[in-house]
Amino acid sequence: MSTADSTITIADPFRLGHRGPNLARGHGGGGPATKRVVVGYGFWLFLLTDIIIFACLFASYAVLAQATAGGPTAKQIFDTDRVAWETACLLASSFCCGLATIAVAKRDQFLTQLALLATGLTGLAFILLESSEFAALNAQGYGPSRSAFLTGFFTLVGCHGVHVTAGLLWLGTMMAQFYAKGFRPDIGRRFLCFSMFWHFLDVVWVAIFSLVYLVGTRL
Amino acid sequence: MLGKLSWSAIPFDQPIPLIAGAVVVLLMLGALALVLAKGWMPYLWKEWITSVDHKRLGIMYVLLGLLMLLRGFIDAIMMRAQQAVAYHAQGYLPPEHYNQVFSAHGTIMVLFAAMPLVIGLMNFVVPLQLGVRDVAFPTLNSVSFWLTATGALLVNISLVVGEFARTGWLPYPPLSELRYSPGVGVDYYLWAVQISGIGTLLTGINFVTTILKIRAPGMTYMRMPMFSWTALASCLLILAAFPVLTATLAMLTLDRYLGFHFFTNEAGGNAMMFMNLIWAWGHPEVYILVLPAFGIYSEVISTFSGKPLFGYRSMVAATLFICVVSFMTWLHHFFTMGAGGDVNAAFGISTSIIAVGTGVKIYNWLFTMYGGRIRFTTPMLWSMGFLTTFITGGLTGVLLAVPPADFILHNSMFLVAHFHHVIVAGVVFALLAGIEFWWPKAFGYRLHEGWGKATFWFSIVGFYVTFMPMYVVGILGMTRRLQHYDVAEWHWWLQISSVGVLILIVAAGCQVAQLLVSYIRREELKDITGDPWNGRTLEWVTTSPPPVYNFAVLPQVIDTEYYWELKQRAFEQARLSEEPKYEAIEMPRNSPTGFVCAFFATIIGFALIWHIWWLMIVGLIGAYATFVVFAWRDVPEYMIPADEVAQQDRARRAARQHILNTGEVAWQ
Amino acid sequence: MIFIRRVGRRVLPCFCVLAAGLLPSLAQADSILEPVGPVGKGDALIMMDALVIMLAIVIPTMIATLGFAWWYRASNTRAVYRPDFTYSGKIELVVWSIPTLTIFFLGGVIWIGSHTLDPFTPIPSAAKPLEIEAVSFDWKWLFIYPEQNVATVNQLVVPVGRPLHFRITSASVFNVFFVPRLGSMIYAMNGMVSQLNLRADKPGKYLGFSAHFSGDGFPDMRFDPVAVPAAQFANWANGVKGAQLDRNALGQLLKQSRAVKPYAYRGVDPALFDAIAARRVAPGEGPEGGRGGAEGRNVMPHGGAP
Repeated sequence: MSTADSTITIADPFRLGHRGPNLARGHGGGGPATKRVVVGYGFWLFLLTDIIIFACLFASYAVLAQATAGGPTAKQIFDTDRVAWETACLLASSFCCGLATIAVAKRDQFLTQLALLATGLTGLAFILLESSEFAALNAQGYGPSRSAFLTGFFTLVGCHGVHVTAGLLWLGTMMAQFYAKGFRPDIGRRFLCFSMFWHFLDVVWVAIFSLVYLVGTRL
Repeated sequence: MLGKLSWSAIPFDQPIPLIAGAVVVLLMLGALALVLAKGWMPYLWKEWITSVDHKRLGIMYVLLGLLMLLRGFIDAIMMRAQQAVAYHAQGYLPPEHYNQVFSAHGTIMVLFAAMPLVIGLMNFVVPLQLGVRDVAFPTLNSVSFWLTATGALLVNISLVVGEFARTGWLPYPPLSELRYSPGVGVDYYLWAVQISGIGTLLTGINFVTTILKIRAPGMTYMRMPMFSWTALASCLLILAAFPVLTATLAMLTLDRYLGFHFFTNEAGGNAMMFMNLIWAWGHPEVYILVLPAFGIYSEVISTFSGKPLFGYRSMVAATLFICVVSFMTWLHHFFTMGAGGDVNAAFGISTSIIAVGTGVKIYNWLFTMYGGRIRFTTPMLWSMGFLTTFITGGLTGVLLAVPPADFILHNSMFLVAHFHHVIVAGVVFALLAGIEFWWPKAFGYRLHEGWGKATFWFSIVGFYVTFMPMYVVGILGMTRRLQHYDVAEWHWWLQISSVGVLILIVAAGCQVAQLLVSYIRREELKDITGDPWNGRTLEWVTTSPPPVYNFAVLPQVIDTEYYWELKQRAFEQARLSEEPKYEAIEMPRNSPTGFVCAFFATIIGFALIWHIWWLMIVGLIGAYATFVVFAWRDVPEYMIPADEVAQQDRARRAARQHILNTGEVAWQ
Repeated sequence: MIFIRRVGRRVLPCFCVLAAGLLPSLAQADSILEPVGPVGKGDALIMMDALVIMLAIVIPTMIATLGFAWWYRASNTRAVYRPDFTYSGKIELVVWSIPTLTIFFLGGVIWIGSHTLDPFTPIPSAAKPLEIEAVSFDWKWLFIYPEQNVATVNQLVVPVGRPLHFRITSASVFNVFFVPRLGSMIYAMNGMVSQLNLRADKPGKYLGFSAHFSGDGFPDMRFDPVAVPAAQFANWANGVKGAQLDRNALGQLLKQSRAVKPYAYRGVDPALFDAIAARRVAPGEGPEGGRGGAEGRNVMPHGGAP
């Protein structure tokens, strides 16, 4: 664990020179909130905007779901077994991320790295499974250009996949930062954001799993 | 190697864009040469380009907005000139060019002129009004600005390299699909708007967090100045609406780049979905612009009437009312699509319901003036111009909200006149008033009143002469975006309209003259007190221009219009409040992250437009590296010692004390 | 408030007189205020109703704005300065209720108007409507008269007094079918069929065009309709000469062309319109140039009649 942070005295309640009471949360007249609250809050807002992007993709998928243009329907192409494995990987990944949060709270470098590695590997497994699904569909000629339905499907699920991939890049950077910089407050806040992001991707996946795959194979 | 890019992308055969482009390039090179020759580069780099100070960023946003306003205005002049002469003739602009001009005009005016101006004023004013030292995420703020600048740059590059979209300011498919617009114009539009849109989205996150989480102690919601309230409402709209834009443009991009079928004519694509999605962003976008404008008018009218805002709570309620309802009206942009009586009626009614919120605001402004002592300075004149013009614009807006009336007015010049009535009078007048109002705070000297008033009068006359004839030709059946026509009745109305543009050119000249004259005579227009207008909100507490940390000690707000109360007490007791205890202040360090990020965004955008894939990968790696370098830094902040703070604040107090002693105040 | 009402009473009549003087000048050849059919009349009437409703509130407000601003100018020593007048429950009630009541009233107008004037609603009439199928291409209009077995390009001839039932689609990009003096416009969209019911009550030649930007040839998408008496219409339909409108002819129409002079077809494939609307034929071709390589700018030559 690096002790470099001890030389940089950034106490948490400092916020651009606001030395408000430590408990300030930014409500009412309490004065500026702490950095941790501000950063977490800002990232929450970002996640909400991301949810709106997904909402648009869900809406367009719903509009285009029946527009198969003579191509395959949802029922014909969805492989629920593979999707079940994907789901399991992603949920496991989120669980590992939860473990990492505990390790970070304990400031245990080894456990943190271990838990984050597990988070990354399960996430990677998800991405590989999803890629194989996409590759298989493409190989049968059912790529996104085949029909508007497939366009909507690939975009919605692919957008989630791109998010997970970006998250993996972030995760790698995060691990390097914990290793090089230790448990500094600013890195702790960054990790707070990462874990929110990672759990958020689970929430989106649950929606995709139910509304795309389950509904698609039943109807 | 260079994708689709080759020499033929430069319009050597079209003198107008070529000359315009050459002039722009020469001006930019000239400015760069001057900066380098004078040795200003280190100053610009340290104090401006890498600055994360909300005031500096606000000023840069406003500068960008003003430059683009000029560019958009030149497009407008070209359009009016074309329609004045293109009766039974082709005019001087072929359709290929005319269509680019009106597309660029709309895109630039809404996204690269009005948006930067609104966001610039929010940047400058909101932290000062809330009594804090910066926004929640200062470096992110710089990233937002530079991404917006990237978008503006890409639009302007399209003038010389390739072409701009020829599809209107909202690229409706199928026209904007690859089959019907195979050129790079739509791609320029998509990447410019996408990149700047991400910048705007980040601004929204930044300001909602700022306003909700880091106000000065005691600054409860019901003590927030009106402009900050409207900025909050506007940023909430940004959060809810801009992701829709991002998603919609991404869909169109996938159609164009990877052969997807969201909106195509083939394989089940559905172009109507684009219209719904784009207006689910586009209509709130109007309110993103106009709500802060309402905030500016509230501040200006209250200050120059010498009264607090009438019905403050009512105004807050009306603002949030508009904020919510603006999301339920998008379908009125295409009543003529045939959605049926129920749907059209529902959206027609929801649209006119917005007029309730707006009406309440107008009446509250009226009663703010009632019993006031009104000083007709330039910002107040703009506000009066707004009130009268906006009421007319609202009237025609309600007509368009009535579906059967829209069935004969949709897409007509009447519509064009309507939205210019609300956007020019609502937003542009507000921005000019706001710039005038907060200019002394930003630069320490007031703008010249005479030239300002000349600008106002030429603008208002020019505005009416330009746009009233458009209502008429709209009623005479004229649709918009016509490159030529052969209806005699339209011709002379359009000629009158172009005379109006000439008057507006004079107004623009006066505006530029005002800035120059004021700069030259800045010593005599100097604002020593920091409170040139007898202001009421916290930004007038501090010096003009404010120190980097805004306030030596954070204000402890105990009342609405706290600064006004403080000032009255000081006058009554003929002395200032006790000197506070000064402490060292921690401020964020400058960072080139925003600039470097935008540099790579420009590369990525340009590479994608021209299909230069290797360059795109280079840009992506560069952007990622920028983030990592930023994340790796160890010392994000620096301290300003208490002595320095005390010294500067004592100078401010001395200036204030001088007013108390001598009673020499500009505004009395 | 009394002040507002008093001024309102005086000024409203003045304004009405002024407006009455101005409006006839707008009622020129192709004004939407000079409709020649029930739909146009209905649209224009509702527009004028909404205008009057709004003026009732707008004019007093406008006068109050200027009046307050003038009276409370800083130099007017007779005006009473009331810096504490910042809230009044009564005024708040009024300023919320006036716009709300106006919008309530207007909402009723909107609801009724939207339903009675919905373009899909047939015009009540004893006569059977004349069926016309309209297709927009880049950049011309095709009108198919299935009963008469003829079709025209950029030329619309209709009988006076008989309801017209249009079915409208697009073979390429969005357009809007609009004849200002007949009334309501509606979108022409690929893959969709819009319906529009109109009637021309007076013979004459009217302005007709596309009211939605559709590309470089858009300004020339004119089809100025001619309304003629029924007998004359029958004569015209019988006398139309031209080639057969089949898939081959359609192939020609799908190519982009500008400022096409009107011409006609005799003999129409009856399934053609539905084939276009259901996307069973390929959509309009789009420009020839600019697709690949360096041609970022795809400047097209002017087309003409085929």
